[in-house]
Amino acid sequence: MSDITSQSLFELTSNIKEKKLSSEEITKAFINRAEKSKKLNVYVTDNFEKAIDQSRKFDSNPNLDLKLPGIPIAVKDLFCTNGVRTTAGSKILNNFVPTYESTVTQNLWCQGAILLGKLNCDEFAMGSSNETSFFGYVQNPVGENLVPGGSSGGSSAAVAANLTPVTIGTDTGGSIRQPASFTGTVGLKPTYGSCSRYGIVAFASSLDQAGPMTKNVRDCSMLLEVISSFDQKDSTSIDYKRNHYSKELSKDIKGKKIGIPKEYRVDNMPDEIEQLWKNGISYAKDCGAEIIDISLPHTNYALPTYYIVAPAEASSNLARYDGVKYGFRSPGQNLIEMYEKTRSEGFGDEVKRRIMIGTYVLSSGYYDAYYLKAQKVRQLIKKDFDDAFSKVDAILTPSTPSSAFKIGEKTNDPVSMYLNDIFTVPINLAGLPGISIPAGKDKNNYPLGLQVIGKPFDEQNILNISYALEDKINFKNDISDWWLSE
Amino acid sequence: MSIDLKTVKHISKLARISIDDEKANKLKGDLNNIFEFIEKLNELNTDNVQALTSIAETTLRFRKDEIKSENIREKILKNSPEENKDFFVVPKVVE
Repeated sequence: MSDITSQSLFELTSNIKEKKLSSEEITKAFINRAEKSKKLNVYVTDNFEKAIDQSRKFDSNPNLDLKLPGIPIAVKDLFCTNGVRTTAGSKILNNFVPTYESTVTQNLWCQGAILLGKLNCDEFAMGSSNETSFFGYVQNPVGENLVPGGSSGGSSAAVAANLTPVTIGTDTGGSIRQPASFTGTVGLKPTYGSCSRYGIVAFASSLDQAGPMTKNVRDCSMLLEVISSFDQKDSTSIDYKRNHYSKELSKDIKGKKIGIPKEYRVDNMPDEIEQLWKNGISYAKDCGAEIIDISLPHTNYALPTYYIVAPAEASSNLARYDGVKYGFRSPGQNLIEMYEKTRSEGFGDEVKRRIMIGTYVLSSGYYDAYYLKAQKVRQLIKKDFDDAFSKVDAILTPSTPSSAFKIGEKTNDPVSMYLNDIFTVPINLAGLPGISIPAGKDKNNYPLGLQVIGKPFDEQNILNISYALEDKINFKNDISDWWLSE
Repeated sequence: MSIDLKTVKHISKLARISIDDEKANKLKGDLNNIFEFIEKLNELNTDNVQALTSIAETTLRFRKDEIKSENIREKILKNSPEENKDFFVVPKVVE
């Protein structure tokens, strides 16, 4: 049997069911490795002591019919966890201990999973490199001083470094898929309405979705099956029949029509990514898929649209952080001064920047010119996809326009940071499911990902296509454990 | 169109975030860069396009208006920055 922490979720679950491993052995193995991996800075808060207690409890009376029997899992620190500090990577929630549980994490615990701890992320999920976190940057296990992507950077690093078997992140404009691409892991953003947003610290409510981040496609299907559910507590949760994603997983994609959008061939895209895409296309052909050239004419307008819509929603959502009911408070002479000081000291620069953009585009005299305009362009972007999906079953693109970059390389130029999400943002604007799978490496040996985009509620199809491609690509991450301490 | 220092200060007032002059100047530069990038949308004619208001094409559900959780006062007050029995405490508002 291979080392416990390098096993996939599928292997760990099988080993528990066949009584080859106990939950306590597995939990302790991940905790041991975490103790030696502090340099990566993936944890904001650990739950190790309680996790060991819970694993013993599981072992004393194991329910092996569950989908995640005694499996320890760390989650992004954007999910509210009852009794365990939840910070959203922000000083303003530094001391916040929720008295309720998010639906998505509750779904994990109901299937037997055990909380290992809370993973670092960009502050309020606003960032593409995990550098906006109040709790410091995260190292990408792929190489020293590389960013792990963001905003779910602690999550992607934790999966790639074998610090959790799988994890869940959130994706508003690419925050699951881009970090997955940067770390050689798999990340799926489900259709809007598939996973409940209840108990997730809100960033942009019309775009936010939770989703699985895993070592491989099969694990991804297993985890999606657990977290996707209809929930009365989220008014935009959609009541539809969800697949048994792991049971129905199949490499048979013969006859599937896969679209290749010409607009995703952007200026200055490295040759390696162009080549990666070509390889993906030929693998899809080898699997019997039919390749069809398509056009998504408004692709170039997606990022500007996103940088109106997302900050607008964020400025409204973050109005609740006023130092009155919970979180950090900075005292003031009067109520207004207290609000202004609390928010000035409690939020980091990127969050303030986005609140300011959002406040501006929603302010009197500018609403029509910016917000309304963006909502109209969003309609055009969605229509592009509707038209494309009348001809194809799925769309294949690169996940990101580059591989992971160095820590500090883009922090002084917000726009260049935003450009990271050029291939992922349109999918959130259109509410579609998208998955990033590792597909190759660049000249520095850094991973690169391919993205498969599906029709609404067609997660099974993009999982199957990814499963078939994964088999052909046969990606190996070979991470050297350079960060381990004794 | 460019955003001047006065506008930056006005937005910060609306957003209830106090900023000093140095920060305001830095923000002015950042916001202008970002808005220059956003202005690209003006290339598109959207006169006859209906704004997208909901990405999930469902009508919002109705439900009975009933109390589902009781006695949660303590839970709600648990994270309040200043404790004073059953209330959230703020600086004096009425002079």
